[in-house]
Amino acid sequence: MSMDKETVRKVASLANIEMDEAELERAAAQISGIIDWVEQLGAVNTDNIEPLANVANIELSLRADSITDGNYQDKILANAPEHTQGFFVVPKIVEQQS
Amino acid sequence: MAYLTQGETGEWETVIGMEIHAQITANSKLFSGASTLFGAEPNTQVSIVDAAMPGMLPVLNAYCVEQAVRTGLGLNAKINHTSVFERKNYFYPDLPQGYQISQFLHPIVGEGRIEIDLEGGKVKEIGITRLHLEQDAGKSVHDLHPSKSFVDLNRSGCALMEIVSEPDINSPEEAVAYLSKLRMILRYLGTCDGNMEEGSMRADVNISVRKPGDGLGTRAEIKNVNSLKAVQQAIDYEVARQIEIIEGGGKIVQETRLWDPNKGVTRSMRSKEEAHDYRYFPDPDLLPLHIQADWIAGIKETLPELPDQKKHRFIGEYGLSPYDAGVLIAERNRAAFFEAVAKGRDPKLAANWVINELLGILNKNATALDDSPISAAQLGALIDLIADNTISGKIAKDVFPLMYETGKDAGQIVEEKGLKQVTDTGAIEAVIDSIIAANPDNVAAYRGGKDKLFGFFVGQVMKETQGKANPAAVNDLLKKKLDA
Repeated sequence: MSMDKETVRKVASLANIEMDEAELERAAAQISGIIDWVEQLGAVNTDNIEPLANVANIELSLRADSITDGNYQDKILANAPEHTQGFFVVPKIVEQQS
Repeated sequence: MAYLTQGETGEWETVIGMEIHAQITANSKLFSGASTLFGAEPNTQVSIVDAAMPGMLPVLNAYCVEQAVRTGLGLNAKINHTSVFERKNYFYPDLPQGYQISQFLHPIVGEGRIEIDLEGGKVKEIGITRLHLEQDAGKSVHDLHPSKSFVDLNRSGCALMEIVSEPDINSPEEAVAYLSKLRMILRYLGTCDGNMEEGSMRADVNISVRKPGDGLGTRAEIKNVNSLKAVQQAIDYEVARQIEIIEGGGKIVQETRLWDPNKGVTRSMRSKEEAHDYRYFPDPDLLPLHIQADWIAGIKETLPELPDQKKHRFIGEYGLSPYDAGVLIAERNRAAFFEAVAKGRDPKLAANWVINELLGILNKNATALDDSPISAAQLGALIDLIADNTISGKIAKDVFPLMYETGKDAGQIVEEKGLKQVTDTGAIEAVIDSIIAANPDNVAAYRGGKDKLFGFFVGQVMKETQGKANPAAVNDLLKKKLDA
């Protein structure tokens, strides 16, 4: 499978990455190469084999429902380019998403 | 009778599916130990996990899993022993990770169903497609500054259940009934507080229209429908909008629209089709979630009696009307209050007093049942006074507001005000004799066949005794004396 330039352009825009035409060409070629390399795995017959989530056979660990974190507004806001009254401040966004 | 909307080219059917986001009642967030309490100072209930600092790893809250399973059981749904967390990728300032951890191909809960209650005691089954766990986003405030938005991440990472219905809903009334029923079930289960004002429950409504018998039309998804009233209004508006477009020769665009409660319209959210390309993939930070059968069985044992079961029991066990039973089971604490009052007493009388008197006066004073100055035991004691003829039902209605004002027991008020019913037949007889003596004309008329005058005599006796005479005794004695 190869990755054409238009697909790369779409993925780049979804990822909020700005790329010029030359970069798109280069990325399309590189990503196609990577995909082709990974696709060799397709040669292995995986019929009737459960998907493998991890190789160490461990279970997802869960935690108890207790409050153990938070209450450090200053740390949370420390890297914000702009903040006021405890809020992050960002350029106006009108539409809601999700 | 199906709900149809009359257009210019004939009748239209409405098809609705709902996605409800319900915040899980838990102390801490889905993947972090920060508090979920509503109303805190901005960005104080945020951990470095919620703020998506590099290198932080999510650790799943076991109680949130339990709550989702409990909800699934309450929705008569299949619990999936294996479910997978995936990343839903999009950019928005209140989503610091750049993706929401959600479930996509393998949700924790599969197909279920609930019954909704419609007018005239009708019941309809609505299918549940799935329930999955996901993170909530933070909150953006747009109205504090002309060119800036303010972001608070306190809600970021709180656990949500997204509950998706089948497109089985066919009218605004059914949509409202569905949301109300779902809210009731969640509140009974204790898995979501159902507080729509605080955003603990939010609805997205998928709406399409079609000519009866046709296949499904193209749907629009309406977001931000956050009250029962908004559900009704948004559907009314959207159905009319879609019919007008189709009848005008246009086509419905599959898109996301926003309900504007102030203007009463839905408007397009400038949907680039790309915006819906979320590129889900399994979250490499989280292994698949395996739930053991014995854990599910243990949760099942903790399930309370659910609203429909309780309603049927109230009708069967107490002989209540479906309407009264429906009012009483609407809230779990209300049902418990009623049962405490009804215990060992006439259940219909208890239901009347709880619904008509207590809920009436609480409503008038905008007071919650939990803050009622009259306890179930006190209301029960008042009913006992009626049952053993200490006071009449009419006097009881005078005693009741005094109990509400003072918090005193009914017995004490009756004692203090001297409201005890007169059952001493000698005393009542004396009053009757004096009234008969004072009204010879009416007595003659009554005996001459004017039966209606009997009420006049009852009224006179009651007036004379300030309403304290036992009504049954008054009736008996009056009959005896007048008909003698």
